[in-house]
Formats: sequence, C-alpha cells, structure tokens
Amino acid sequence: MRRRIARLLFVAVLLPGCSGAGEETVEVALEHSRFVLERARFEVGDTVTFVIRNTDPIDHEFILGDEAVQQHHERGTEKRHGDVPGEVTVPAGGERTSTFTFTRAGTLILGCHLPGHYDYGMRTEVRVTT
Amino acid sequence: MTRMMRALVGAVAALLLGAGPVLACGGLIGANDTVNLVRTTTLAAYDDGVEHYVTSFSFVGAGAKFGSIVPLPGVPTDVKKAGRWTLQRLLQEVQPQTVALAARAVAENGTADSAQVILKAEVDALDITVLKGGGDEVGKWATDNGFVLPPDAPEVLDFYAIRSPIFMAVRFDAERAAERNLNTGDGIPIHLTIPTDDPWVPLRILGLGKDARERIEADVFLLTPTRPELLPRKGPTYGIKASGPASPALLSDLRADRGMGWLPRDDMWLTYLEIDAAAGDLTHDLAIDASGARRPDPLDAGFGLAGVSPPADGRGFTLWWIAIGAGAAAVVLVGIDRGVVGRW
Repeated sequence: MRRRIARLLFVAVLLPGCSGAGEETVEVALEHSRFVLERARFEVGDTVTFVIRNTDPIDHEFILGDEAVQQHHERGTEKRHGDVPGEVTVPAGGERTSTFTFTRAGTLILGCHLPGHYDYGMRTEVRVTT
Repeated sequence: MTRMMRALVGAVAALLLGAGPVLACGGLIGANDTVNLVRTTTLAAYDDGVEHYVTSFSFVGAGAKFGSIVPLPGVPTDVKKAGRWTLQRLLQEVQPQTVALAARAVAENGTADSAQVILKAEVDALDITVLKGGGDEVGKWATDNGFVLPPDAPEVLDFYAIRSPIFMAVRFDAERAAERNLNTGDGIPIHLTIPTDDPWVPLRILGLGKDARERIEADVFLLTPTRPELLPRKGPTYGIKASGPASPALLSDLRADRGMGWLPRDDMWLTYLEIDAAAGDLTHDLAIDASGARRPDPLDAGFGLAGVSPPADGRGFTLWWIAIGAGAAAVVLVGIDRGVVGRW
C-alpha cells in the first residue's frame, strides 16, 4: 500500500514536468468576435489543449486548420463541432476545450465560420515551426 | 443618386407595393395607417428636459420575423404610435419639390444573465421591449428571444452600453402584420418620450451587420430650442443640408399630428442632417449641444472609446447637455426563425 501511494505521489510530481515539453494548455478568449490567444507560435510535435472562453453573447466556432480546412467549413453545413481535434463550437458565454497536435511546420488559420463571422475578420494566423 | 431620383424611386416603390395613399400629407400615408419612407428617417427633438424620438420601422415582408435594436440615451416614460405625418412633413420641409412630385406620381397611378426588462409595449405589429443592461446582457436577452445578432454586435452593444445601458428591442410580428395587411416597405412610426439631460444621436448602430463598404444613408432631423453645436462638426459621414429657425407652418403642422402637442409653437431650431457614409467609416455617434454653450462632449460622440478616434477638428469638452438625442433606427437584426444561420 505504501509503495502504491509513493508511486502515485511520484507520478503526480512528475506529470507537470512531462506536460511542459510538447504538451501544454493555452487559453483563448473569444471577445468582440475576435480570437485573443495567449500565444500563437508552436513547434511541430506540440500537443496543445486550448481552453476557449467565449465572452460574447453570441455563439462562435474555434476551427484550427489550413486554408483548405477553412474553405471547407466556410461552405460547410455542420451545425456543431466538437469531435474533431481543433474544431469546436463554443456557445455564448461558454467554455470548451479542444486538443490539437501540430504535425507540420507552416502557417495555420484559426477561424469562425458562423454566417458572416469569417468575412467580418474572425480569423487569425498560428505559426508552427520545427 | 440624386434627391430627385430617390424621390422617384420612392414613388415607383409605392406603386409596386400597392400602398395606395388615401389620406393627407402628400399622399404618402399608406392605406393601412403605415408610412412609406425611402430610407431611415428619424426626428430627435428636445424641449424642457425631455427628448422626443420619432422613427419608423419598416416591414420587410411576410414569412419572416425580424427586429432591430436601438440604443437610447435614457429610460423612456412612454412608447406609443407616432403621429401620421410627422416624418413625412419634415421631409417635405427640406425637400418640398421632390415630395410633391412623388405624391403626385403615386396619386396619378392610383395607387443576460439577461438584461432587465423595464418596459414592454405593443404598437400595431411591433413588439417593443425596453431593456437595461450591459452589452453582454442585452445581447444574451436578444439571442434568448430569437434575435440573430451579427458578428459586430458584441462590440457595438458594448460601445453603447458604456454610455447608456438602455436599449430598445423591436420585433415585427408577422402574423399581426398580415392581419393588418402590411406590405413590404410599410413602416410603423413610433414615438418615445425620454426624460434626459445627456442625450446623443446614435449613428454607429446604423452600420450594424453591414459590410464595411456598404453605404449607409439616413435622414436625421433635430428640433432644439437653440442652434445646436455638433460633434463631429462636419466630415465625411454626414452633411448638414438645412439649418435654421423652424417655420411657423412646420411647427403648426407637426403640432397638429397625433402626440405632437408638446411641441412649442415657436422658437425652435430645425437641423436636417443627411447621413451618407460607408459602414466602416461610421464608427462614431453625433454629440449635440443645444444649450448655446457650443461645447458638445466628445464622449457622447463615442470618441475616446475603444477604437474610436476624434476628428481632426474635434474639441474636447464636458458640459451639461441640452439637446437632442437618440437617433436613427438601428437596423440590426436579421432574420429570426429564418434559418439564416445555416452555414456552419
């Protein structure tokens, strides 16, 4: 029993250290139909859990992907998102999380595709480096 | 488009819509007691510490509910149907020739946590709710009640709530509109009585939900005890098309309209502003000082708030406000229950 508790304590102490290299949490605010990111630069291999808080009184989306992904959703018909990593619908005043692993270097786009939101400017770039 | 062309377009529209004029005032009153105006027209008048705000909400057609949100400078004590010719008579005062032409053409052709609800009223096919709350609260109330807010709504609602947390939400009830035989373009004029000593005319709200390049055109009439000082004084967003003592004939005609008996018989100053700007440029409101001190407050124009810069000739003052306020109908919204949110 003592050995088991000691093992659990060891894991509890060790885990935060593990998550600092490649696995982390980034807060995102959706405010006035804009993305406000804690940080927008990541490295290939990073697995990031985005904690997205919508402070607006209207729904928003958090869609992370390249231009093709954005265009797909701009023409898409899905009413809600949440099953695909990096894609989640955040209700007005609500909070959601989405975990995404960056696999390629380059520039991704974070966008919202509710009607009029993308054209209004609800998009921002996310840089991924090696 | 020239003023003459606008009037002609209005006349043609009235014909196509079949809103046959049957009453006075140049024949521009619809048969079902509605009004037909080519574009947003508003009167903001101030007398003895009370603002009188008259505007019209136009029906966009059966089969869809829609609404508007209008920021107000204070809590109204009364919301009622406006008179039958006030707005048209004001237009006639500044465009006498074109209105006459339009009238003749029509005649010849026969034809939050939610916001706190502090007042509710029904005016014909309009459901009017006066709300008190911050931008988020009013936005939440609106979405909870079936309004579909455009993406710029959160910022614009906050822009107004900082100065005055009072908003008016207006919805057309399609069933009542049908019962009243409203046609597309028919407008129901309303009259708000708002005690306030800190009024302003909201202009930015006119661009809500519009593309930044889309043109915003509107007519705003001010009636004040003295010549008002405006901020911005001039600029790309509006032009002062008329400014002078209101004629006795105008005041007499307006006083004769329903609910307009409060209007003084003389000594009122009429200012007519024509708003013509790209929505992206209309990021401010109109501050007015009609006290004679000639010191409009930049904050009342929205200058100094997030993302809003004063004009080059802006003058910063704080002073007690007389004046006029509230303006222009805010064409916010959008299709309620119309499935417009169909693109995810």
